[in-house]
Amino acid sequence: MSDVLTTFESSLDGLDVATTRTDADGFAEALDDAIREPAVGVPLGLDDVSLADTAVTVDPTATEFETARTGVTPVGAGIATYGSLAVAADAAGSEPVSLYPERHVAVLREEELHADMDEAFAWLGEEFAAGRDSYVFATGASATADMGEMVEGVHGPAEVHVVVLER
Amino acid sequence: MSADTRREKAAHIRHLLDTEGENVRENASHFNENRYDAIDEFDEYEELRTTVREIKEDAIERLPELIETVTESVEANGGHVYLAEDAADANQYIENVVGDAETLVKSKSMTTEEIDVNEQLETAGVDVYETDLGEFVLQVADENPSHIVGPSIHKSRAGIAELFNEQFDPEETLETPEELTEFARDYLGERIRDADVGMTGANFVVADSGTITLVTNEGNARKSAVTPDTHVAVAGVEKLIPTLSDLQPFVELIARSATGQPITQYVTMLSPPVETPTLDFDEPDTPLSESDGDREFHLVLLDNGRTAMREDDQLRETLYCIRCGACANSCANFQHVGGHAFGGETYSGGIATGWEAGVHGQDSAAEFNDLCTGCSRCVNNCPVKIDIPWINEVVRDRINHNESTEFDFLVEGLTPDEEPGGVDLQKRFFGNYADLAKVGSATAPLSNWIAGTAPARALMERVLGIDRRRSLPEFERETLRKWFDARGGSRVSPADADREAMLYPDAYTNYIEVERGKAAVRVLEALGVAVEVPDVASSGRAPLSQGMLATAERHAHDAYADLAEHIDAGRDIVIIEPSDLAMFAGEYEKFLPDRSAERLDDNSYEIMEYVYGLLENGGSSGKLPAGDGERVAYHSHCQQRTLGLEAHTVAVLEDRGYDVLTSETECCGMAGSFGYKREYYELSMDVGSELEAQFQDEEARDRTVVASGTSCLEQLDSLLERPSRHPVQLIDPDR
Repeated sequence: MSDVLTTFESSLDGLDVATTRTDADGFAEALDDAIREPAVGVPLGLDDVSLADTAVTVDPTATEFETARTGVTPVGAGIATYGSLAVAADAAGSEPVSLYPERHVAVLREEELHADMDEAFAWLGEEFAAGRDSYVFATGASATADMGEMVEGVHGPAEVHVVVLER
Repeated sequence: MSADTRREKAAHIRHLLDTEGENVRENASHFNENRYDAIDEFDEYEELRTTVREIKEDAIERLPELIETVTESVEANGGHVYLAEDAADANQYIENVVGDAETLVKSKSMTTEEIDVNEQLETAGVDVYETDLGEFVLQVADENPSHIVGPSIHKSRAGIAELFNEQFDPEETLETPEELTEFARDYLGERIRDADVGMTGANFVVADSGTITLVTNEGNARKSAVTPDTHVAVAGVEKLIPTLSDLQPFVELIARSATGQPITQYVTMLSPPVETPTLDFDEPDTPLSESDGDREFHLVLLDNGRTAMREDDQLRETLYCIRCGACANSCANFQHVGGHAFGGETYSGGIATGWEAGVHGQDSAAEFNDLCTGCSRCVNNCPVKIDIPWINEVVRDRINHNESTEFDFLVEGLTPDEEPGGVDLQKRFFGNYADLAKVGSATAPLSNWIAGTAPARALMERVLGIDRRRSLPEFERETLRKWFDARGGSRVSPADADREAMLYPDAYTNYIEVERGKAAVRVLEALGVAVEVPDVASSGRAPLSQGMLATAERHAHDAYADLAEHIDAGRDIVIIEPSDLAMFAGEYEKFLPDRSAERLDDNSYEIMEYVYGLLENGGSSGKLPAGDGERVAYHSHCQQRTLGLEAHTVAVLEDRGYDVLTSETECCGMAGSFGYKREYYELSMDVGSELEAQFQDEEARDRTVVASGTSCLEQLDSLLERPSRHPVQLIDPDR
């Protein structure tokens, strides 16, 4: 296990975000454990794992989307020191799928972890140069203190769970 | 200002202290403490402050070029850019874009508050919903934001519950924060799903990629930007930064400076129109992949006075502001009354004076500009290093000049300052305090007796607005300089001395707090220093804090002329009153040639800092009395802390065996002349109550009280039963 992954997990832990480490073989089971049904998702775009073997509905209708409790998306990067996830505003709909349901389950490969903001912005610069120029760095659950004290799950998800595919 | 106006102002502040003070105090102090913690843990803080300052200076310098760049990049992405000259121009464009839309949802944006776009759109028949929960509360309550980051920090949970229950009459009465949040989320969620247009602000706009950056916690900005198929972003032109790599340091600083979070929940970087499929909830069976995906994006860049600010040498810095609110959160007055007391049409507190003067005009900045006492606590807390007190002083000066009348020449001939006749009498009184103190001392004790009588106090309150509940400083007949001359000058001759020092006889030390001056002389001599206490011009701090810049500048030239010769003679300049040292170390760079200001700064020391230096360099403390574990409660001075000089006093006292506890409040509330003013007396005492509480609690109540600043000592004397003195008096060999 790399130091970066350890740091990432510890940052997520500080944000009350649980991490599951798995590999291609254990992926479907790990993901099904991580979701609360009904779940919707966008294609992961990975060679060795897919949502096809899971309980997740890919390419949901508006109704399925609205009633889903979990949204599953790939994320382009993780930032270890902050526990942040880079969600792409892509044509597949990662942005709304990660945002609307009460629980977001993010899938990323260990290789996509960056130690800190310097590395993350270097990566982001490459993405921008390749034309993928809209991302959200999401860190923990959505929150507000506007109603008198801290409440999680405002307009965005109340719970976040990260599934890391180890090298 | 008339006595009636002062009374009204005092009543307004009292009302806010009673109604909003407690909530504001809790929330602003919470932000403030979190910020200190976040910065303590962040090693790169100072380095990044320097970096972002440079980026902002460069971006504002190149602003016309960046506007061209962003126009090209957004258009290349398929969006539209409109450069709006003023609020009306921006609103007209937005109204055209919105067209016959029925519903528009907004995320939090102070810039849209600045142009009052909600009112404009509502008049045009569009339903506008604020989706940030704080802004939503204010929209329902029909109130203005009291804070640029936490717009509703003046409201309590109970107050919001009452408002919602009354306004929406929900099936189950709302009570807890969770219930209130859930209700607002569901209510606004429906509005977002139905909306035709989403409007956001922008914290930063990356020019070369056309990227709108939104720094948020709730997720409503994300939803507002991507759920409807039309996105309008409204941003002041100063939000432009050149490239994506310039964004990184801001991302790492803004949340830490605002709420003390390392990063906000969502840092959204969109280069719209985005590829995200549009969500059509009216077509329940259409899969996401089959949404039409046609998106429209408009970036409205607002000038509204910003170009003129860019050309204004004094206001330009305001454009570097990233609107984190750290200046407001670290402001003792703000913590106690909040933004509603500071006035301003849109922005309030701290840097708001610069914004209001720039975008709405001086009148909007004028009302409560005086609430900035120049304590400078915000200076080190600003992530872009803006000299906020200076901006307040400049605007105050401009307001003073605006209030001139045709009879000004009469006043001008009779006053010793450089100001036009329109300057308020109260400001003139405090601004010329050094001259007044000279006369007061020469005629003491008569002057003290007369000033202390009831009729005199009533007159002073009516004419000068000096609150009669404040005790006045008592002038000493024998000044420090007279005492020094009478004892035959320095007891250590320059021939036998390790160093020579010129003890700066500021007006307070020379005429009022003479004992601390005598103690300082004896301490310096005990450490082998030959001392001089010559006649030197006053620093100009007093007129500066009243916004009398021309007078302050004249003092600066005079004082420098007096001091330069001492520096040339190899003497160190030693200063007791921290606000005077801060003047030499800070504002003089605005008044004097760089070399002169630097020379004076390099050779000036706060008294305890100087003692610390002498001891560190082998000086023997043997002749200074030992503390023997005496328990001391020490309140440093705002400007002294900004200069990083609190620690030296603590170190010297601890070295002598004192047990030192330091105060935790940003400011004692007195802040020079502020606490004497009729209209601010109650606020000053309210701010002081925090210091009083700390120094009266179990851990501190038996401690000897010391403080570095004259006005802090005055405040402590009115807050506590036991006396207070300057720390140098604790190490006085004659003690």
